[in-house]
Amino acid sequence: MERKFLMGNEAVALGALHAGAARGAGYPGTPSSEILDVFNKLGGSAEWSPNEKVAAEVALGVSFAGVRAFTTMKHVGLNVASDVLFTAAYSGVDGALVFIVADDPGLASSQNEQDTRRYAVAAGVPLLEPSDSQEAYEFTRLAFEVSERWKIPVILKLTTRVCHSGTIVTPRPADTGLATAHFERNIPYHVMVPGHARPAHRRLRQKLAEIAEWNETEGPNQKVEGSEELGILVSGVAYQHAREAGPDASFFKAGMSYPLPMRSMLEFAASVKRAVVIEENDPYMADALRAAGGIIESAPEMYRFGELDVGRVKRILAHDTSPEAVPPRGKPPQLCAGCPHTITFELLKKHNCIVAGDIGCYTLAALLPLAAMDTQICMGASLGVGIGLRHVLPRDEAKRVVSVIGDSTFVHSGLTGLAEMTYNVPPTGHVLLILDNSTTAMTGQQEHPGTGRLLDQSPTNRLDYEKVVRAMNVPNVGTFDPIKQPAEFEAALVEALEKEELTVLIVRRPCILAVARKGVKPASTQG
Amino acid sequence: MTDKVTSIKIAGLGGMGVLTSTQILAEVFFRQGLDVKKAEVHGMSQRGGSICSDVRIGQKVFSPMIPAGTIGYLILFQDDQFPLYEADCSPQTVIIRPSAIDAEKLENKKTLNMAMLGLLSRHLDAPTEAWLEVIHEVLPEKLHQVNDAAFELGRQSAGE
Ligand SMILES: Cc1ncc(C[n+]2csc(CCOP(=O)(O)OP(=O)(O)O)c2C)c(N)n1
Ligand code: SF4
Repeated sequence: MERKFLMGNEAVALGALHAGAARGAGYPGTPSSEILDVFNKLGGSAEWSPNEKVAAEVALGVSFAGVRAFTTMKHVGLNVASDVLFTAAYSGVDGALVFIVADDPGLASSQNEQDTRRYAVAAGVPLLEPSDSQEAYEFTRLAFEVSERWKIPVILKLTTRVCHSGTIVTPRPADTGLATAHFERNIPYHVMVPGHARPAHRRLRQKLAEIAEWNETEGPNQKVEGSEELGILVSGVAYQHAREAGPDASFFKAGMSYPLPMRSMLEFAASVKRAVVIEENDPYMADALRAAGGIIESAPEMYRFGELDVGRVKRILAHDTSPEAVPPRGKPPQLCAGCPHTITFELLKKHNCIVAGDIGCYTLAALLPLAAMDTQICMGASLGVGIGLRHVLPRDEAKRVVSVIGDSTFVHSGLTGLAEMTYNVPPTGHVLLILDNSTTAMTGQQEHPGTGRLLDQSPTNRLDYEKVVRAMNVPNVGTFDPIKQPAEFEAALVEALEKEELTVLIVRRPCILAVARKGVKPASTQG
Repeated sequence: MTDKVTSIKIAGLGGMGVLTSTQILAEVFFRQGLDVKKAEVHGMSQRGGSICSDVRIGQKVFSPMIPAGTIGYLILFQDDQFPLYEADCSPQTVIIRPSAIDAEKLENKKTLNMAMLGLLSRHLDAPTEAWLEVIHEVLPEKLHQVNDAAFELGRQSAGE
């Protein structure tokens, strides 16, 4: 087949297509967001789900129908979907199920640097780590094969540099003769009650033992012959940096890094005078090798922060722990000129509110010049955190606490927070603002259940925030256009802050970039 | 370009066409049969913040990111971004600044990125047709004429 120049995310989408994936479900999150859109454009069946947990469940359901499924998310998305992962590891799958999870060492666009490899160990599912687009393509296909062969979910772990780097890919012919969807009743395998889960746990460990053996001999691991003086054990994109930083070294590159090909790695480490483990994020391989008795060197603690590059790998090899030059800060991102979020945060600032915030473009309001958001931890936390503050702060402070959440984030994980708000009502009530800009702006304007459009832009049901909020027994509900009705919006906010009741204000004005890109019409403020 | 890797960094602010230019540059040399890698960061950087991307071209390229001190060409879409990348330059780095383009002659200010590519193309080993072919595939047809003109303006502009 003809070679192509593809970004890692495009290569994954093509790999999933060639593996015959029946459906992909996900929730956007940089750097994973492009995979489903590309898969859809290539002709695959794809959906944006309300959040990662639902996406993973949908994909599990698809795999229970005997066909191949995948789910995409960023690393923190797996926190949300982890409940599915841990027990799907027990139940196993009928077709195939691949969790495509993108880590963000260096925090290009995330709230933490968590390492997904730890999840593979904790849940007991195999994990593959590609280092460029060719491997992103190959390992995607391999992930489906391993999943189908051992009836186990498999994680394909990407990183920002793999997702968003372009490298050359030579695809292979697509898989043929795949199963068609059908349901086979298998209650002991699909219903995880204790009596079924006990043997399921043993089956899982048996599968992992077999996969570990397979990984030793047939796994996607790679050895590069080189000097006996220096051997580098490496995974992911760090391999590419290390090849350049240590051109004469010998290499052992782990493609499947859980379960590790431990015997082969120990053998390799013993075959060289100096064995150094190079990996991004946590010292996961280094710890595992040491625990198994390997004599290896690993990177000093300082290299656990941020991504690696050729220069940093050279420093690790040279035992250099001198302070690294701090790169100059560029111009930080800002809310677009004319962004409807700006008005909301100017008002909150003017009225001296304590803002329990959430994640989205509007989080930029926490930075100067606005500095008008006081907390932000994870998606949906604006509600719980705001309510917690209201419960214990002195009355005059409690009254100023406002929770602010974007529309996509509200659907993702604000609905349960709203249930909390109307159940455990704080003494001073509470005020919630839902910023409805008709899109998931932060990650590149994806659709969600509140936009009335599917991933492929076709129309569908649209979640009605006012109705949902009323159904949850919030007495004061209103919708305002912050640009057309600034005075009414401000009056409603002031009233809500005074009232000591529950109030939800829906601030409705489309993202100007979404309007420019797709011609999204400003929705009416009536419903 | 034998076993040597040519590394080009394009830098500007979100919205200036850094990603589009990077895509075109990488595709042109991919089609010349060379190994090409590009690295860029998406997401937050779109909201008008500083943004840069790396393209590396050679017979065999490993890291997609340009190692410090090995930038061959630094293309700045905005002069004031230079301090961010200064430490990664070497005395051999060719720095191409927007002041090299006569902005008056640009029909549309948004095509500065194409003019900068035109300027860069004088230093690299690919014919004009190869560039235009890719530009025409990447951009919608109604933008071809104005971008072709910008590319040509850059190509005719003198050195730095
Ligand atoms: C669990 C989890 N999934 C995904 C993300 C990435 N992410 C952050 S905010 C966000 C949604 C933002 O959309 P919205 O709430 O509508 O705000 P907007 O950006 O449109 O202002 C996403 C997808 C994340 N941080 N955490
Ligand atoms: S992309 Fe949309 S929501 Fe985000 S800052 Fe720009 S206008 Fe605001």
